[in-house]
Amino acid sequence: MKAPSFAYAKPRTMEEAFELIERPGAKVLAGGQSLIPSLNMRLSAPELLVDITGLDALKGITLEQGVVRIGALTTHAALERSPEIAKHVPLLAEAVRHVAHPAIRNRGTLGGSIALADPAAEYPACLAALEATIAVRSKDGERLVKAEPFFKGLFEVDLRPGELVAAVEVTAQLKDERSVFLELARRHGDYAIVGLAGIKTQKERRLAFFGIGAKPVVLRPGSLEAAKASLPMPSADLYHTAATKLHLAKVLLERAWTRL
Amino acid sequence: MDQALTITLTVNGTQVTRSVPARQHLVDFLREDLGLTGAHLGCEHGVCGACTVRVDGDVVRGCLMLAVQANGCRVDTIEGLSDSKELEKLQKAFHEKNALQCGFCTPGMLMAAQELVLQKRKVSREEIRSHISGNYCRCTGYQAIVDAIDEVING
Repeated sequence: MKAPSFAYAKPRTMEEAFELIERPGAKVLAGGQSLIPSLNMRLSAPELLVDITGLDALKGITLEQGVVRIGALTTHAALERSPEIAKHVPLLAEAVRHVAHPAIRNRGTLGGSIALADPAAEYPACLAALEATIAVRSKDGERLVKAEPFFKGLFEVDLRPGELVAAVEVTAQLKDERSVFLELARRHGDYAIVGLAGIKTQKERRLAFFGIGAKPVVLRPGSLEAAKASLPMPSADLYHTAATKLHLAKVLLERAWTRL
Repeated sequence: MDQALTITLTVNGTQVTRSVPARQHLVDFLREDLGLTGAHLGCEHGVCGACTVRVDGDVVRGCLMLAVQANGCRVDTIEGLSDSKELEKLQKAFHEKNALQCGFCTPGMLMAAQELVLQKRKVSREEIRSHISGNYCRCTGYQAIVDAIDEVING
């Protein structure tokens, strides 16, 4: 189908962007790889699309004092190619290969994916496992939100009217830390049936499941048995029952445990 | 009433300026306004890959990008890459290996495959499959398509 009618604006400055996104019926357009299909299918009917892809303040990957800051407009393809990400945030480097297909990775963005917060998407779980921080900006300045509380529910995040995801901050992985990313999908590039992002630090193992609940399910288990016991009953989807998903989650859990 | 916006972009090496409605996506613009019907419109929500075109050197879904977003960009379509002979080897291999039947997916498939060819490295069949996983073909079963791409890349 064709998208419904809407107006379009491409701000050149952050000030202009904040003024535009506060208008009634405004919606932010970044890579558009989820928004444009939802427009084409008429699941969404904004009055104004604010194309933020011209805002340089939301671009780039930097490493400062052990913290990797990834601009919201960084595309999946840019993450995939980044030597900084490969070296310092290997979990994301591994996860990005599971995000859709090359042509979509060339345009879709990190910020767009986490602002949408699809329950079967890779990044929210990765950021929760990484204990990353989301930098949220409005005309009044920037506030930092921990990833876990940022993802509040089904397609629901801690973003207030007039705010944009500006960047994600992740502590660079230490030498004695390990990460693992596993995903089960019917076809390569599809959204996950069940997936798991895991981190092992000196102190603990952090496992974030996706595809089993409305938002990432984060466990910090002391043992494999404890982890299995604390998995909540997943919600069923169109193709898989709750019991199937729980079984698959346990399969991934065991695989992850042996690798961490 | 649609908001009309003026865009200027370079399509297959030629600069064009047109007025487009904000809601028109790139592949409709190419097909209907410029008459470039090589990029096909299949699912119209980013799943099938038939509308694959190249924007500033990267393959993208033509149905998941608005025409207005291509303002100032360099857009290459199957027509341009065929005329410039950039796709010559792939096209020949597709022909020889019988890598198409109805041909609906073929322009998108060639555009996606060429991105892998341009990486100029040896790739496994598994990587080829992964790279074209976003392009659906309902005729061939993919085996012959993978054969053709494999031949061009790995000889």
